[in-house]
Amino acid sequence: MAELTDSRSRSRDLDKLLLRPGNIVGKLFEPGPELRDDLREYARVLVVGAGGLGCELLKDFALSGFQKLEVIDMDRIEVTNLNRQFLFRLQDVGKPKAEVAAMRVMERINGVEIVPHFCRIEDKEDDFYSKFSLIALGLDSIEARSYINRVACSFLEYDSEGNPFEETVKPMVDGGTEGFKGHARVILPGTTPCFECTIWLFPPQVKFPLCTLAETPRTAAHCIEYAHLIKWGEMHSGKAFDADEPEHMQWVYTEALKRAELFGIPGVTYSFTQGVVKNIIPAIASTNAIISAACTLEALKILTGCSKTLSNYMTYNGLEGLHTKATEFVKDKDCLICGSGVLLEMDTSITLQKILLPYPCFTNSAQFMNLLGEDPMVLLSKPTSVVYMGNNLYKMVPPVLEEMTRSNLSLRLFDLMDKVSMGVVHVTGTAIKNDKKNSSLWKIRVVFKGMVDGVIDMDLAGGA
Amino acid sequence: MAEPRTKYDRQLRIWGDQGQAALEKASICLLNCGPTGSESLKNLVLGGVGSITVVDGSKVEEGDLGNNFMLDESSLGQSKAKCVCAFLQELNDAVKAKFVEESPEALIEMNSSFFSDFTLVISTQLVETSMLKLDGICRQANVMLICARSYGLTGLVRISLKEHNVIESKPDHFLDDLRLNRPWPELKMFAESIDINTPDPAVHKHIPYVVILLKLAEEWASSYSGCSPSTREEKKEFKDLLKSRMTAFDENNYKEAIDASFKISTPQGINSNLRQIIDDISAEVDSSSSDFWVMVAALKEFIANEGEGEAPLEGSIPDMTSSTEYYINLQKIYQAKAEADFLAVEQRVRNILKRIGREPAVITKTSIRNFCRNARKLTVCRYRLIEEEFNSPILLELQKYLNDEDYSYAIGFYILLRAVDRFAANYNRFPGLFDGHLQIPNILSYRGMDEDISRLKTIALGILGDLGCNSSTLTEDLINEMCRFGGAELHTVAAIIGGIVSQEVIKLITKQFVPMSGTFIFNGIDHKSQLLAL
Ligand SMILES: [Zn+2]
Repeated sequence: MAELTDSRSRSRDLDKLLLRPGNIVGKLFEPGPELRDDLREYARVLVVGAGGLGCELLKDFALSGFQKLEVIDMDRIEVTNLNRQFLFRLQDVGKPKAEVAAMRVMERINGVEIVPHFCRIEDKEDDFYSKFSLIALGLDSIEARSYINRVACSFLEYDSEGNPFEETVKPMVDGGTEGFKGHARVILPGTTPCFECTIWLFPPQVKFPLCTLAETPRTAAHCIEYAHLIKWGEMHSGKAFDADEPEHMQWVYTEALKRAELFGIPGVTYSFTQGVVKNIIPAIASTNAIISAACTLEALKILTGCSKTLSNYMTYNGLEGLHTKATEFVKDKDCLICGSGVLLEMDTSITLQKILLPYPCFTNSAQFMNLLGEDPMVLLSKPTSVVYMGNNLYKMVPPVLEEMTRSNLSLRLFDLMDKVSMGVVHVTGTAIKNDKKNSSLWKIRVVFKGMVDGVIDMDLAGGA
Repeated sequence: MAEPRTKYDRQLRIWGDQGQAALEKASICLLNCGPTGSESLKNLVLGGVGSITVVDGSKVEEGDLGNNFMLDESSLGQSKAKCVCAFLQELNDAVKAKFVEESPEALIEMNSSFFSDFTLVISTQLVETSMLKLDGICRQANVMLICARSYGLTGLVRISLKEHNVIESKPDHFLDDLRLNRPWPELKMFAESIDINTPDPAVHKHIPYVVILLKLAEEWASSYSGCSPSTREEKKEFKDLLKSRMTAFDENNYKEAIDASFKISTPQGINSNLRQIIDDISAEVDSSSSDFWVMVAALKEFIANEGEGEAPLEGSIPDMTSSTEYYINLQKIYQAKAEADFLAVEQRVRNILKRIGREPAVITKTSIRNFCRNARKLTVCRYRLIEEEFNSPILLELQKYLNDEDYSYAIGFYILLRAVDRFAANYNRFPGLFDGHLQIPNILSYRGMDEDISRLKTIALGILGDLGCNSSTLTEDLINEMCRFGGAELHTVAAIIGGIVSQEVIKLITKQFVPMSGTFIFNGIDHKSQLLAL
């Protein structure tokens, strides 16, 4: 029954946490060697990004009992990565980050398998993301976070009482840093706020008004953005500006300097020009290490229950002394990404065509309007794709897919959804919210008229 | 080859060439190179610290491979210091990496002069007795010390040094120095030269808000017997006055003026932080005073004389809606005043240097200018000896933490981290760490565990009792957890603690940003970590 474990084993330290019972632990914590072994064998973690956070995350997961990892990143190694992305060397410059990072960690730590994916996150089908036990985000862009969040939340299904089905919850940990500051958060879709619920935490970047750049420049940044956004286009008809092309950057710098001298504005340097044009976020090794390790620790706790988890957002600020804070943000119950979606009752006779063009059941039908209230805050226009259970029912782009899915337009949605009485379809398109157009994803819970009773019966049967 | 500068580009944007130069001159000593130590050095080696010396007397065991990335299969049985040092060197060949295969405890006991050559010592995983001794040695030798500990899901970081002065504290948010509450003649004249009632809409919307506020504040004062708006109603009335002068909805300069209207009635004079620094006993300088305190002495004189109660003007202004011409002229006016203030401070620095018998030119113009520019943000950090904190913590604070739910885990861990060291001193092992390689419960170890829990509890209550505190906050659950941890050094906790150490090292060495004060207690259970000011 009781097992002796050699303290000389490789999991000497981790075993204390995974094999011993504790009092301040997760609800489902079942300590024992099986837990440790299951973690090795069955837990599959995807690390998104192989940059400053990603390198740390791979190392941290590999040294926290995980053995099946994958990493996805479309970037190649640059010299400016070397002050923090510790898995890369000068001779690696130009090679794909994901591949080098995976290789370095596997070389160092026995038993760890890391599959690299050198591609864009959008290049993978949703199926790819569904196979992981947890997704760890080491990203520096809001768009990429938003994308992964949308995919992860699209797996989420709710039961009839509005509780998320355990097996459809795809947990995420997310980190971000800037200089001496950073955040680590836990996203359990359906339970804690998803990235979209708290999108206001990431205010959009301030852009200078064009008239300031053109007419009343006052700062070095104004001169640089003038050269970058206005002058370049005037002087290079048709040739796109490429920030990674040193000659282009040099040109912008020279033009910015000329303009600054003309107006008597100080402060234009080559380095500052790069910073403004590429929107460079300063980054150091230590902050990435802190944030990634905090994310990994939370991932370990989510998957094993070996301790309580962070609820649900931690900030770290080392700028003036040291400040850390854990904040419990709340879910936006109306969130279109992680919420239970909009319920829509429709006839079994409705074709896909009708949903898309002119999509009467979305914008025109009185019933739909009622669902959103008299004065709808959100209107969906221009749906670009309809997905059911991971399958594209229709996709407007790319043309190849459009051609492949076009024939579905004339079919009944009821048939396309395998004659289920209710189901969830995801519709992407442009939503108009508070007068602003946003590309967004809608989760629509379709219920076919006349079939509802059957649904309720089924649910009861399932629950019994 | 441009590689070295380019490699450091992302950090040069934070601490600049000066900070980097300081880093490249520093020599760091690490005691114990488990994951906590290895991770702290990893981050510093990547950043290009001058030299590192890794001190560790142990050989690499299987268990070490499971928590330390700076070791691999081939390291088994070898000197840990040697292996970690070699892997760290791989990260950056610009760093001089050395190792000493000896136990830190032995060095502390037998060879205290060893530490005096370093800029900074990082001690990791030292138990209380050795840590206190090392603290005494470093304080004596004037070497900066950072103590770090990872222990299960908790850990601590504590800086120890006599005094650290920061000129470039670079706070994130700090009110700009526009002096709208106290304009000087040139600024007033500039404002007067502009007609804010100009009929030309293009000009009207390009008058900087600084000018708008100054003029309307004067207008206000003329009808309120020379006063600026002070009560809430008056401030609102003043905003309404601003609003009433807008001629179009899109006048961003007026919107900025409304947002910044409080600046005309902020209190005059220096902030309490700066007051405390100039009143510090060290500001009474003699030949042994540091350059920093000589400059503070000059600043104090300046404030009392030319400054008329104010610090030297910073001279930079934030971007604001304005025509280029107005903005550039405004900038020049602020810069000219800053330059005049700087010259006055410089004169005083030179005189003080002469008075205390030092070469008057020994402090450079650049240093003094930088000092003036940052005068409002100066920071002085002082740290007690760890032994003093342990023997006589600030009881008022301690009581506060013990009664504050937000601090309950942190203060519990603080006491328990000390308790496990006493446990180790008594029983030669940490609680929950059993000789027989027992990791998981069987009947025997349950008994052992129960025994450890009650022993640890007795020790912890003893510590609290010695401090004259009542023990109700130290929960049974937390004591159990501490025994469950069994002294484990988890990689993730070590990487967090190590990362914090590296940040603090960088701040101390570059003399930029403000280092942490007090003792940081990491709480890996719910991340409600705390700084304890004891
Ligand atoms: Zn959401």
